[in-house]
Amino acid sequence: MVCERSDGARVERIVLEIGQLSLVLPDAVRFCFDLVARGTACEGAVLEIIETPGRGRCRQCKKELALGDLLEACPCGHVDVEVLAGQELRVKEMDVV
Amino acid sequence: MCAHCGCSTPETDHAHPHSPSHPHHHPHRTVSLEQDILAKNDRLARQNRAFFDERRIAAVNLMSSPGAGKTTLLERTLAELGSPCAVVEGDQATDRDAERIRSTGAPVVQINTGTGCHLDAHMVMHAAEELDPAAGSLLVIENVGNLVCPALFALGEHLRVVVLSVTEGDDKPEKYPHMFRASDVLLVNKIDLLPYVPFDLECCIERAKRVQPKLEILAVSALRGDGMAAWYEILRSLSSQRS
Repeated sequence: MVCERSDGARVERIVLEIGQLSLVLPDAVRFCFDLVARGTACEGAVLEIIETPGRGRCRQCKKELALGDLLEACPCGHVDVEVLAGQELRVKEMDVV
Repeated sequence: MCAHCGCSTPETDHAHPHSPSHPHHHPHRTVSLEQDILAKNDRLARQNRAFFDERRIAAVNLMSSPGAGKTTLLERTLAELGSPCAVVEGDQATDRDAERIRSTGAPVVQINTGTGCHLDAHMVMHAAEELDPAAGSLLVIENVGNLVCPALFALGEHLRVVVLSVTEGDDKPEKYPHMFRASDVLLVNKIDLLPYVPFDLECCIERAKRVQPKLEILAVSALRGDGMAAWYEILRSLSSQRS
């Protein structure tokens, strides 16, 4: 996606948003990035990852709460919590030279 | 951020103000992308869905860890359901599962993902084209055995079914919450083995409901046939909604 949009220019920095409730581990992405980027417009680019915290809304009492994981129940006792944030997997922006 | 021109270089790092007589070249430019990493898969999944809907095909994404009994479940389903059904088989290697399905007489296409741990919408698109399922039929996509990654990849399916066998333990829904949260139906399989393994069915159901309160849960034995009638009802109901 980044290579397609860079139009052949060298990419210096890439910003990703990875939600803390997504299935993706930022550390694993960092670990693989250099390997995947080798030989592409992204080679040598700085990878920045914004880790969005999980947030949900209880479908029973309608209150919003912080979600550390998908098993977290609302303090009111209900487990049916709608996830509002934390599942993002996005490429936000890049710097090209 | 530079307040003069909006570049991300701190203002103190480069000379300002700019004047028309003093051309200013930025070392880089920032491009806003704001694109979902899975956008391409999701777009192809929507195309698959349109293809299925056009043919009134009900598509099921069947997921589980390896060895939970997906193929055995499918073999019995194909023999007993009594309505046309086509199958996409996903495995890293071999066409053994496709052979098993073929021997029931159902049309099948095997996808070998090689090192891949899940099916994606692009693979399913080509498999569906090759399979060319009849209008009004049921299409079951048996995903690669894996309780993690398939949860992330939409295939264009109308129903997501996760199979959990009793030999895996009753705590799986909480250990792999993404998969159970992303599913519509949970089939607890191999209940013929319940007398021999420490698996608490009630506890498993409670845990699964905690992860996904809307989950429809059935206890079955694909090998012996227990509980399969209720599973067929789910499939028939899905097919009738699509026709």
